Formats: sequence, C-alpha cells, structure tokens
Amino acid sequence: MANYSTNEFKGGLKVMLDGDPCSIVENELVKPGKGQAFNRVKLRNLMTGRVWERTFKSGDSLEAADVLELEMEYLYTDGDMWYFMKTDGSFEQYAVEKKALGDTEKWLKEQVPYTVTLWNDNVINVTPPNFIELEVTETDPGLKGDTAQGGSKPATLSSGAVVRVPLFINEGEVLKVDTRSGEYVSRA
Amino acid sequence: MTDDWRPTATIETLHERARLLAEVRVFFAERGVLEVETPVLGHGGSTEVHLASLSAEATTPAGRERLWLQTSPEFAMKRLLAAGSGPIFQLARSFRDGEVGRRHNLEFTMLEWYRPGLALDALIEETAALVRTVLGRERGDKPGPLRRRRYRELFREHLAIDPFTAPLAELRRRAGEVGGLDMADSDRDGCLDLLMSLAIEPHLGREGLEVVVDYPASQAALARHHRDPEDGARVASRFELYLEGLELANGYDELTDAEEQAARFEQDNADRLAAGLPEVDVDQRLLAALAHGMPEGSGVALGLDRLIQLALGKASVAEVIAFATPRC
Repeated sequence: MANYSTNEFKGGLKVMLDGDPCSIVENELVKPGKGQAFNRVKLRNLMTGRVWERTFKSGDSLEAADVLELEMEYLYTDGDMWYFMKTDGSFEQYAVEKKALGDTEKWLKEQVPYTVTLWNDNVINVTPPNFIELEVTETDPGLKGDTAQGGSKPATLSSGAVVRVPLFINEGEVLKVDTRSGEYVSRA
Repeated sequence: MTDDWRPTATIETLHERARLLAEVRVFFAERGVLEVETPVLGHGGSTEVHLASLSAEATTPAGRERLWLQTSPEFAMKRLLAAGSGPIFQLARSFRDGEVGRRHNLEFTMLEWYRPGLALDALIEETAALVRTVLGRERGDKPGPLRRRRYRELFREHLAIDPFTAPLAELRRRAGEVGGLDMADSDRDGCLDLLMSLAIEPHLGREGLEVVVDYPASQAALARHHRDPEDGARVASRFELYLEGLELANGYDELTDAEEQAARFEQDNADRLAAGLPEVDVDQRLLAALAHGMPEGSGVALGLDRLIQLALGKASVAEVIAFATPRC
C-alpha cells in the first residue's frame, strides 16, 4: 500500500497505526515561528471506535489502510454470522461476525441498506442508516386520547431494540427511530 | 455545484478586518513610523532550516532567474534601515510552504516593524500596546498587565527540567513522553520545540498578555546574544508574545554584524544539506547592507491574521482571510 505524509493527512483518510486501521479525524499543524513543525493528529481506531491523539514530526508518514466503505443490504442470520449483500448489482455476499456488528445488531432489518466497512476485504464495522422504520412488537397498551405530552414507556421493536416511546403508541405500529441516539422520532 | 467559490471569511468580518488595518496604520502614524512596501519576490530567501521557502521563475533584465517568495519582509526592511529610513513598518504578505492549518495559512499577513535605537524592552512594551489597541477596539476588554516569563523558568515550572543544562537523552525522553512519538534522532532544539508547543504554549497568555524572553541562543539566527545572569549560559535577545495560547509576535534585538550574519546563513545551509533540504540563496544584498552599517535597534514580526482572529473571537485564521489556502 501507499504511504501518506503528514501534509496529506485530512479528515476521513484511512491509515495504519499500531497495526490497526484508523480514520483521521483531525490534523493540526503545531509549529513555533521558526521552530520544528509537528502535527497533532486525532485518529479513530476503526476496530475499537476509540479516538487516539498522536503527535508526528511533520513529513513523517503512515501506511495507507486498505479500507473501503460500501453499501450493503442485510439478508439474514444463522445465529453465528450475519449476512449482507452488496447493492451494486453484483449480489456478492459478506458474512459478518458479532464483534464487527457491535451495537448495530439491535438495528437490523432485512433489505435495509447499511454502511459496511471492509479492511483487507473483511468486514470490521457496520453502521445503520441514521433513521430506520421498525415495528413495535411489545409495549404496554396505548392510552387513548393522550396524544399531547406527558410520560413515556419502553417499547420493544422488531429488531430487538428497546426505545422510549410516547404513551399513545400501540403494538403493531411502525415507528421512525434515530439509530444514533436510539430515540423515537415519530410514527412512520 | 460546489460552494467552495465562497469566501472563508464573512463579508462582515472583512469589514471588521479593514477597520483593524486602519487602526494599525493610525497606531504607527501617531508614533512617526513610516509605512513601507518591499518586494514579495527576492534574489535571496530565508535560510532558516525550519522555514520552507517557495520560489518562482521569472524573466528579468538579467535573464531567466529564480526568485524567492519572502517568508517575512525582514531582509528588505533591514536594507532600508541601513539606507537611513529610520523607523519603518510594513503589512507584508508572506509565504511559508506547507504551513496550513487552524493557525496557519500558506500566505499570510505579517505586520513587521523596526525601531532603530530602541531597546528590546521598549519594543516589548510597544508590541503589547499595539495588541491592546487592536483588541480593545473590537472587544472592549483589554487583556490584563503584561507578564514577563523567562524561557528557562517556564520549562522548570511546567516540566521540572532546565532546558539549557538537561542532558539530550533526558530531553528526548520527555519530548517522546509528551508527544507520544519516537524522538531518539531529534536534536536539542527539536525536543525543546516539541515541549514548548505541546506542554507550555497552550498555557501561555491565559490571563492576559504574556511575553517569553531569553530563548536558547540556537533559536534566533538573526538576534544578538547575551549571557544569562544566572550561570552565564548564552541566550538570545529575543521575545515572543502570547495571548490565549497563541503565539502572536516574535521580536529581536537585531544582529547588525555582517560577518556573524554571513556565518549563520552558511551554517543554516550546511544544516539544510545535512537534513536533505534544498539550499536557499543567501541574500547577498542584506549582507552588503549590514557591512555598510545598519543602525542598532530592535524589530518584531507579528502574525496579523492571528491577532485579528483573537480580536474577532474566531476559531481559525481562515475565518479572517477572504480566501484561505484550501480555497485560493
């Protein structure tokens, strides 16, 4: 793979650091007037999601990481692995381990497109769309007439996620949910 | 259609910037300092190892020549001093290759001025007065009294090491720790620069203007040196002014000795070669001017975009420059 020098570092660039693929979040040039230049760099470790802050001498370089982000639809799970298919018409399928799936497991719905991160052709991360529509499979009966405000209750969705919803929501309804905050948005 | 044709500063900011520039001109007019304009392109460039110069090819009466974009207007302004200009200032577009970021722009506005006959301490006061004038106009709240700190004292306070006497191995270890990187092949100044940038600078100027003096002699190619009264260590007659963790200005008691200056340029180019960097043409006309005689005195260079950024409470220099480098 190619190498990137500090002056090519910019947000979103994928590089290898300590053996893990990372995405550059921020690159700040630190340089006293006529002194030596350094780059203060924030990188997100794509394996763990943690953000690292590191300093590099300006001109130092890091190896590029063979990382691709692709859109794939969720197909099914056999209990051990979760299967996704490319949406580019190739019908190519990828098996994903629980570890790579992480929190996204509770936002899975068939035929919905997810952003899948591949490193050396292995799936390392799956990101759900920001908003997803899911059916309520379990919640206390809705309170008639209470469409204004006041109180919330837990509801289990078809994907397994539990979200707080207004009291007027009933089982069988389809809701729009924000997957980043895990919050109810509206009825779909 | 992309939006990147748009300015990086708002039109309102550009109005404020223009008002501040007018304020700077009034400041110097009232003090009898002459505004000058010197070439952006010169036959000589800065030899400083840590400044990367840009150059351009041009056809002149002498034929096809390589000319250097100035990293500051220093050399030409010193030639004016030697020619008897008296006190002068300039709002000079300056260029430093590779320097782009929140605090840097490839081309930027340097406010540089020279005061023949003025001692460094008096110039420190004048620099602080200028900063207060510019900040005061926009913010109303002028920063508190100027605090004066010695470079050595700062290292002792923040890092518990003496930057002049600590063994190189110790400096490398501490710099490596602070930055989280391998500093094993760095020299003293490289380690000190890292420690200053990461461990000290962010704390400077938090309670008003702070000036740092008595830098290591190796960190001021164009300044006179003097002895540290503490133990006779050679220190540079140089100051840096900080506000809110930002380095604003760098001033010197100017070196006027042509031979010493020539030797430092030569050493710079030798260091450049050793570091695999291109040599830069030495400004022979500056050396000739120094040989003719430049009046003793002090001079300072202030990053005007940064000062305007602070005055207007912006997060980056790009927000006070019409078209910052990524959109130039």
